[in-house]
Amino acid sequence: MSTTTLEQPPAAEAAIQSFTVTFLIRRFDPDVDTEPRWQDFDVEMYATDRVLDALHKIKWEQDGSLTFRRSCAHGICGSDAMRINGRNRLACKTLIKDLDISKPIYVEAIKGLPLEKDLVVDMEPFFASYREVQPFLIANSKPESGKERVQSIAKREIFDDTTKCILCAACTSSCPVFWTDGQYFGPAAIVNAHRFIFDDRDDAANVRLDILNDKEGVWRCRTTFNCTDACPRGIEVTKAIAEVKQAIMRGKP
Amino acid sequence: MSVIEAPRSQARPARKRGLNLEKWGWIYMRASGVVLLVLIFGHLFVNLLVGEGVKAIDFGFVGGKWADPFWQWWDVAMLWLALIHGANGMRTIVNDYTNPGTAQKVLKGALFLAATVLIVLGTLVVFTFDPCPAGSPADLLPSFCPAV
Repeated sequence: MSTTTLEQPPAAEAAIQSFTVTFLIRRFDPDVDTEPRWQDFDVEMYATDRVLDALHKIKWEQDGSLTFRRSCAHGICGSDAMRINGRNRLACKTLIKDLDISKPIYVEAIKGLPLEKDLVVDMEPFFASYREVQPFLIANSKPESGKERVQSIAKREIFDDTTKCILCAACTSSCPVFWTDGQYFGPAAIVNAHRFIFDDRDDAANVRLDILNDKEGVWRCRTTFNCTDACPRGIEVTKAIAEVKQAIMRGKP
Repeated sequence: MSVIEAPRSQARPARKRGLNLEKWGWIYMRASGVVLLVLIFGHLFVNLLVGEGVKAIDFGFVGGKWADPFWQWWDVAMLWLALIHGANGMRTIVNDYTNPGTAQKVLKGALFLAATVLIVLGTLVVFTFDPCPAGSPADLLPSFCPAV
């Protein structure tokens, strides 16, 4: 409240309040365990701390064997996607103040990909379907010597949303269709195909549309919007998939 | 000079050309859904709200409706669209909850069989329905049948 801050001089900066937060982490050590098990940790946290800070505190101060991926720790590299309280989130972008700390916070690895250890999964199936949509520029035209291919702002705008993908797999591993048999391309691969399908400098849109017209392609999307909800970059994933469906029906982007 | 092998070889063979049933199935679900909305609510409105309402429904009411080709075609369209829509929806659920193999084939076969039998039987009944079949004993016929 503004009145209390006025009465108390800023010099009397009281220690910022911290909370004891309980984390329930789904552990799995392939050398010892046959089944994953839940282990709880109590961590002293500030409201502005992130779940990743809690994992660091656990690993550095309580149990060094806790295994998880993280690289940049600032929501760009996409290494630390995990299931926090049942929702796929980046640990480095989930603040303690946004979680209900009166109850334990559940942290587990993302679903639908083979579990390797604790919070680490095998990302290979995910990247395999990413590679299959040929996520690179295929251009038949040659740009003017010494110049780049020119693109208007409006043409860039069409696929702007899908360029934001960081390949964290939060969307694909939140998709119930992907959970079933893992054959579905998954939202992330379709998002990255979308990024090139709707790029007017690219000439292989029809190749990618053919790939996604597959039995396990866009038609398996059940528009549950789990992916849109999970995306830490705020990409409208389901909308992008719908645009690819429309493009396949038109036969061109 | 050695050439580095192309790293981006396709893992999944490209789809064969021709009719794509998954795509047409998807389009069918949307199209039939919209048509069914009209057909089903029209059906409910006419049967339950118009005139005497729900109390009017009896053997004679159905017989009267199926004497009119308009309602015959309405009901047959509803039968075909709804059963194929439902069976295809069940097929996607089977795809989601079972792994490819015998069990999946059996389930899909059962769905196909059930839908086919119901469609054929339903179509036959709607178009050949006769409330007063000739040569039946009079006590089994509804009261509105002309006395023979």
